[in-house]
Amino acid sequence: MSEIITLAHGSGGKLTHQLIQGIFQKHFRNDWLLEGGDSAVLETLPGQMAFTTDSYVIHPLFFRGGNIGKLAVCGTVNDLAVCGAIPKYMSCGWIIEEGFPLEELEEIAESMAATAREAGVFIVTGDTKIVPRGCADKLFLNTSGVGFIPEGLRLSPALIRPGDQVIVTGTIGDHGTAILIEREQLQVETGLASDCAPLNGMLERVTASLGGAVRLMRDPTRGGVATTLNEFTEGQDFGIRLEENALPVKGEVSGLCGMLGMDPLYIANEGKALLIVDGTQADRVIELLRSHPNGQDAAIIGEVVADHPGKVYMRTLAGGHRIIDMLVGDQLPRIC
Amino acid sequence: MISELEQFRNETLAEGLVKAIRRYDGRPVSIMEVCGTHTMAISRYGIRELLPPNVRLISGPGCPVCVTPSFYLKSALELCRRENTIVATFGDMMRIPYKGASLLTEKALGRDIRMVYSPLDSLDIARQHPDKTVIFLSVGFETTVPVTAIAVLEAAQQGLDNFMILSANKTIPAAMHLLSSDPEVAVDGFLYPGHVSAVIGSGLYEELAKAYGIPGAVTGFDPADILGSILYVLEQIQDNKATVANLYSMVVQPGGNPIARGKIDEVFEASDAVWRGLGQIPGSGLRLREKYRSFDAWSLINGSVEERDEEARGCRCGDILKGKCLPSDCKLFGKACTPETPVGSCMVSSEGTCAAYYRYQ
Repeated sequence: MSEIITLAHGSGGKLTHQLIQGIFQKHFRNDWLLEGGDSAVLETLPGQMAFTTDSYVIHPLFFRGGNIGKLAVCGTVNDLAVCGAIPKYMSCGWIIEEGFPLEELEEIAESMAATAREAGVFIVTGDTKIVPRGCADKLFLNTSGVGFIPEGLRLSPALIRPGDQVIVTGTIGDHGTAILIEREQLQVETGLASDCAPLNGMLERVTASLGGAVRLMRDPTRGGVATTLNEFTEGQDFGIRLEENALPVKGEVSGLCGMLGMDPLYIANEGKALLIVDGTQADRVIELLRSHPNGQDAAIIGEVVADHPGKVYMRTLAGGHRIIDMLVGDQLPRIC
Repeated sequence: MISELEQFRNETLAEGLVKAIRRYDGRPVSIMEVCGTHTMAISRYGIRELLPPNVRLISGPGCPVCVTPSFYLKSALELCRRENTIVATFGDMMRIPYKGASLLTEKALGRDIRMVYSPLDSLDIARQHPDKTVIFLSVGFETTVPVTAIAVLEAAQQGLDNFMILSANKTIPAAMHLLSSDPEVAVDGFLYPGHVSAVIGSGLYEELAKAYGIPGAVTGFDPADILGSILYVLEQIQDNKATVANLYSMVVQPGGNPIARGKIDEVFEASDAVWRGLGQIPGSGLRLREKYRSFDAWSLINGSVEERDEEARGCRCGDILKGKCLPSDCKLFGKACTPETPVGSCMVSSEGTCAAYYRYQ
């Protein structure tokens, strides 16, 4: 096998076969994939089925705390997990620019396989396309996933009522800030890494024992915590009040955001979930989350309120209040 | 969002300061925060609502993007459309609209526009692309100009002849004199910028206080810093005094930073400058000295863009920058002019007065 991807790897011939066998089947190995059919033939899942898809075009492909492959598995697993679903099967479509190093492709596949194992999902089908140089930025991934929602579990904005508590499962803004540092090659010394992680194990711990207390869950990826909470309240007859002093933010994240004029509330996360839970059960939910390695910094950050319907606002450190609006475009670093 | 100890200190301190400020029972006063970062912090921490009704905060001209006139953007757009040209700019210049276009839309159309974090980054781009002209959009006050000066000095030293800057750099003192002496601008006190003052020093403000009888305080950006400076100004007003406190003395010295000022002086000389909304202010701009004129990207414009500031109809950015009205007094605010579709540049930069009011009102 040559050391870089060429258009011949996408021709459907011998090189394609070698690529699939040598990398994808080797790492993703499972009965459904090895059957090699045009479709994976799967057992029917019990209860309601959840189905999701997402595409990944991140730059850089490798970052502290992960790479595009790990991100793609986590993203899909998390989209299922926050719906209360137990993720089972995934697909993965690869769009690769010719010239891409095979070694990097293998590293990405390897970490996808490891993350899938951690999350307990199987990558059962896939597709590979090679595009001429300049037609893609190195590598794009598309993943879809299915899972099933255990009987009796129901999550819905309609269940939310004033007095419910807002919980975040850990520090916010880690992923977006880590990516920013690497993408822009900022000269900062930091141990900061992406929080990219599958959330299903941790969230199942909560829904399995306190499912009735959970109203809604969502992973605050692009647009960050602020945008996700706005999606919760939009058009609803309740609002959300955040407490600034309760927001878990790493010192490096708040320091760098301060320097660049950005707000951690709007920065992407890849290993965090927001939960709205029954106020009387919030402390127990926090206990369960903190008993999982990915939920050590879980915190109650706010409350559902009857005033300010449709809005998210925050009680600030100074004791004042401010509206937390949705993000407009990307956050851009400021001049001074 | 800070360590527990700091949080405790700040919260109890802020609470005490708010109580003290609320005890102010003198005449109604307007205090201007000169700096955009202060405007943002005031909105961000909800400070305005903590003040009694007889204390009003108004926002001054301290956001470099907000005071950049429209012809500058027109020129930047013209330059980015040139062959073999790379335009390097700070992020918040990307979205400023000019007649339906912006650097962001030009980038989407394929122009080579790079977002940088320092003027020195654009110097690196010039080194990596010797076959292209790299133009850095140099917009900012005394905080950013020293690094731009260093970039020009380095380019000169290394004989880098494909690097240029389009300077709309401005200095704060002349604008402060104008604001203090304008009878229409009824300012009773100033919150002076922490970052700019680190370079120019706090001495200038003593002169202003003496000449115009307006007290002020140089301050940092934490809620307690800002509340402390408001309290100081109120105490001065109540005692009929007009002195200046330096509440940011860890960073700001009376004489400023002589090295940074030296770099500015070495590369730039004072010139007249057009401020968006404020008009032309003599001696408030910075242009490259004769010795460094070969780095001046204005030479590429060559008079093809008229140096005139065109405000959109109905836009009151000028009055807002002078503190004559609030963003909410502008008919366009929140309707035709929002962060998604900004009309005036006060709505574009995250630190613009209108953007700060809109986001955190």
